[in-house]
Parts: sequence; C-alpha cells; structure tokens
Amino acid sequence: MFETVKQPSAVAQAQGDAAVAAALAEREAKFVDISGVHKLFGSGKKRYHALAGVDLRIAKGEFVSIIGHSGCGKSTLLNLVAGLSLPTTGSVAVNGKEVTAPGLDRAVVFQSHSLLPWLTVLENVLVAVDSVHPDKDKQFRMDEARKYVEMVHLGPHAHKRPGQLSGGMKQRVGIARAFAADPQVLLLDEPFGALDALTRGSMQDELTGIWEKNRKTVMMITHDVDEAVFLSDRIILMSNGPAATIAKIVEVPIPRPRTREALLEDSHYLAIRKELLHYLIGTGLHAAA
Amino acid sequence: MIMSGDNAAQKSAGQKNAAQKPAAAAETGPGMGMHPVAERPKPILAGLKRVETKMEAKPTIEAKLPPPTEDPERAERIRDRARTFIMPVVAVFFLGLFWEIYSSRTGVTLPGPIKTVTESWKLIAHPWFDNGPNDKGLGWQLLSSLARVGMGYSLAAVFGVLLGIIIGKSAMAFKALDPIFQVLRTIPPLAWLPISLATFNQANPSAIFVIFITAIWPIIINTSVGIMRIPVEYENVAKVYQLRGARYFFKVMLPSAAPYIFTGLRIAIGMAWLAIVAAEMLTGGVGIGFFIWDSWNSSRMSDIIVSVFYVGMVGLALDRIVAKIASLFGTIGD
Repeated sequence: MFETVKQPSAVAQAQGDAAVAAALAEREAKFVDISGVHKLFGSGKKRYHALAGVDLRIAKGEFVSIIGHSGCGKSTLLNLVAGLSLPTTGSVAVNGKEVTAPGLDRAVVFQSHSLLPWLTVLENVLVAVDSVHPDKDKQFRMDEARKYVEMVHLGPHAHKRPGQLSGGMKQRVGIARAFAADPQVLLLDEPFGALDALTRGSMQDELTGIWEKNRKTVMMITHDVDEAVFLSDRIILMSNGPAATIAKIVEVPIPRPRTREALLEDSHYLAIRKELLHYLIGTGLHAAA
Repeated sequence: MIMSGDNAAQKSAGQKNAAQKPAAAAETGPGMGMHPVAERPKPILAGLKRVETKMEAKPTIEAKLPPPTEDPERAERIRDRARTFIMPVVAVFFLGLFWEIYSSRTGVTLPGPIKTVTESWKLIAHPWFDNGPNDKGLGWQLLSSLARVGMGYSLAAVFGVLLGIIIGKSAMAFKALDPIFQVLRTIPPLAWLPISLATFNQANPSAIFVIFITAIWPIIINTSVGIMRIPVEYENVAKVYQLRGARYFFKVMLPSAAPYIFTGLRIAIGMAWLAIVAAEMLTGGVGIGFFIWDSWNSSRMSDIIVSVFYVGMVGLALDRIVAKIASLFGTIGD
C-alpha cells in the first residue's frame, strides 16, 4: 500500500525471517494504536465522559483527519496521542510504545500557534532543534533551524518576533517547529482554524507540498470538510459528545499528488464531500434538537 | 483551570496593557487579597505615563510636516502641552504661598519657604562637603542611605524571586509557606528593628535587614502569581518540545513571569525607600534618616524640610528607574 511499508518488510524477508517481517508489517499498519480508550474529566457530579470506547489504528505514512462538531472530543483524542493527558481506561501506543508523556516523536501544531512571543521565528524553531540535537554544535543547529524556516518560506522573516507576523505566518512557524522536531507522528490541532479562507487555502497547499516530500504520519483535527478531503487518506467522523466515539470512517481514494482543479473533476470528491456534509448536518440538527 | 481564561484576557489586552496586567491579576489571584499594595499604585502610575508619552510623541511628528496655516487641533495640542507645564508650577506657587502665610503667623515654629532656603542655603548649594564623619553634605547622606537600600533591596530581589518561583511552582510549598508569609508581611518594618539589632548586634546590618524584610514580600507574592499564571499553551509547548531545566527556566518561565516580577520589584523599591528613613533614625550613623533626626534634635527645622524634599526626589527617581528597566523587559509580548 505504501512504499515505507514494503521496504522494511522486503529487507527482513531477505534475511529469511518471516515472523519478524510480519511483526514489522503489523506494527506499521497500526503505527498509532488507540484501543478501547475512555476519557473522563473531573469527578462526582461534575464528571464528564468525553470519550467512550475509541478504537483507531493509523498506518505509518498515513494522513488521517478527524472531523466532528465542537465539543465532540477531537482535541481530547489528539491530546491523548500527544501525551498531554492520559486515557482513563484503554491504551494509546505509537510505534509499539505506550504513550505515557509528551515527546518529540509526537510533535504538535497547536490551534493557537503557541509560539513563544519573546523569541524570534528562528529561535522558536531552534527550541525544537535544540531538543532533537542537544549534542550537535551551535552552527549545525542554527543551519538546521534555518532549513525548516525556509521550508515554510519565512527566510526573510527569521529574525522577527511572532508579534510582527500575520496569523498565517505564525502558523507556518508552528508547522516549521513541528517538522524540526523530526517526529514520527505529526499532530495538527485545527491548524488553520483561525485563518481566513484565502490564507487557509494556500496553507493547505503548502502543507500537502511538504507532506508529499517526507510522508510523515499525520493526525489532523479539523472543522473544514474540504480541507479534510483535500489532505487526507482517511477521514474519521466523531459522534457528538458527551461520550463521543468514532461514528464513521471514510476512505479518500483520490490519487496523489492532488490539486484543487483536479479535485473538482474527481467523481470521488463530490461523493465524499456529500457524505461528510450529510453526516455533519444530520448530527448537527440532532444535537440542536 | 484559571490559566485558560486569564490567558485569553491577556491576549486581547495586548502588549500595551502588559504593565497593568499583574495589577489586575493581583485582585483575582490565588492567595486572595495578598497585596493591596499591588493594586493601588499601578493604575495611577500607568495612567500618568500614557498621558506623558502622548504629549511628547505627537509634536515631533508634527514638526516634520510643513507648518499648517490654520490647524485648530495643533493649537489645542500646544495649549494642552503648555497646561501640563504651567499647571504644576501654579499649584506649587500657591502651595508655597499658603505655607509662607501660615508660617509667618505668630507662634508657628515651622519656617516658611523663603526662610528655609536662606537658612539652609549651605546645605542646598554644597551637597558634597565633608567635615569629618559627623558633618557631611546631603549628597553623602543620601548616598549612604542608597547604599543600604541597594544592599537590602538586592538581597530581597534575589531571595524574593527564588522563593516566589518555589511557591509558584510547588503547590505543597505554597500551602506550607503562604500562611507564614501572610502573617510576616503585615508586620511594620520598624517592628523588625529590635529583633535584627538583637540578631546582628550592629546598626548597619540591622538597617539593611529591615530593608530586606520590607522589600521581599511584594517580590515573593508577585513572582509566585506570575509563575502560577504561565499560560497553559506555553506549558504545553515546553512539554511537547522537551524544554526542561535551565532551558525551561530561561525560555519559558522567566520571560512569561517577567511583567509580574517587575511589578513586585517596583512596589518593593518604593517600600524600601519608605523604610530606610525610619530605620536610620533609630540606628544612627551617616544616612539621610539619621540626618533628619539629628537636625530635629538640634532644632534645625529648615534642614529637615530640605532633606525631606531630597528624600522625595530620590524616591521618585528610584521608582522611575525600576519602571524603565521593567519596560525594557516586561513588554516583549505579542
């Protein structure tokens, strides 16, 4: 299915160890493994059942979007994978390792950009680089940070502080910082939610461009149906909270690289879009009633 | 919990209000009513400052433009600016007039402004004379007081910030120490003097200790509030991108709490200067406090008035210096 899946398997098989190969393939098929997760907040009367029995497997190199109404526990789910909070019951594992704390292998692009306002663009990216390469010399780390700043086309703004940047530019710094951590899984929490439609479109183009090159495993939270279809391999629809869970999983078999023009012609695109909107409008009415 | 709401408020308030933020936080902060001192002076000072900068900034922009023949707004601005200079002069003049009239009445020993200046002219004109340890100019007196305040205040700043960080970071430490601090901070500075004299057996360290113990409370309290209010987003960034130890301290904690810490430092410098005069009156030696007390004992009323005026000017200067330093560090927000 994916090149990254085939290659290690092939190497292992050449060694004649079929069992190892099978184990590897299995691990990569459930690179992110969320199983039987319940999440409760608070206690007593204030207890809130946010997630109820979420099971989700994301393969290595897969781009998965999670979509649902506000308050359906999308961000809760992302925080569990990030390790910023832990499941009440059930388990979350990434690359076969149980998630118990936040780590550089699971970089987050936060909804509110969350840049440190007293550091420049370069220094904000350097924060991640310094953590990944604590043993390398200063020059190497600076070059590395600059590489990621240039990846998001912010080279001329490297020495500006976040306060001097537009919303879109801030979010690009957030993306550069996340990629600079060289994570195994990239977690995007409504990354373009606060941007205007035009900026959002160009940011989506930029993100696909970067993603096509390095094919990280991505889990993205979004409100935007078009964004989800344009970027994802699979779309997870969440039911409304409390006690939210996965309601439906929609595959997006549109070939890559995708362009907006081609997308409009694609027969899958319209069908999927309709399916998603139908579901969201239906549940929205249900929630309102 | 409180973090998210407060953070949103900070965002909308923006950087201009950064200086006022800690004062507002103090009202609703954890350890309720911890520092009434923090609430009082801040908005007044911030308000004053804003008016001033507006006055100074606009005419320079105007100067670059060709002179408009008729601009009622400009004329109004000039008039307004003139008023800010003239009105205080008018106020001072009338204050002096009333003072002069009052002291010229029979039976009043307080010298009037004219008599004060003529009698103490030697003191005003020669601040740096030095006729041995018991007869020094006002400059020397103020300098030795400033040295004591500098010592006590520096110690208070170092230990205050450290303790503030500890009780801000650790809920256990907060529970253990906050009640003790709440009691200690209400003790008037001079009440510490006998205790410190008994402890140090010497006048100078005792005075420095009084300054230290006076200045430390607002620093501890404001620092701890600043640490508790580090926005949860920055904490999450630190967790995900593994900022720990010294990197967390310098890249997240200190810059985030800086506006609060500087508010504490600014309140503390005022309180330290308030305490020094009283402390020196009791401990003796060279220093403006003892100079005032000595003048009182030798019935040199005009010298006292001149000294008190200098004490006020130095106090104002100290406050402005700390505020200036705070504005260099405190307003690097988005």
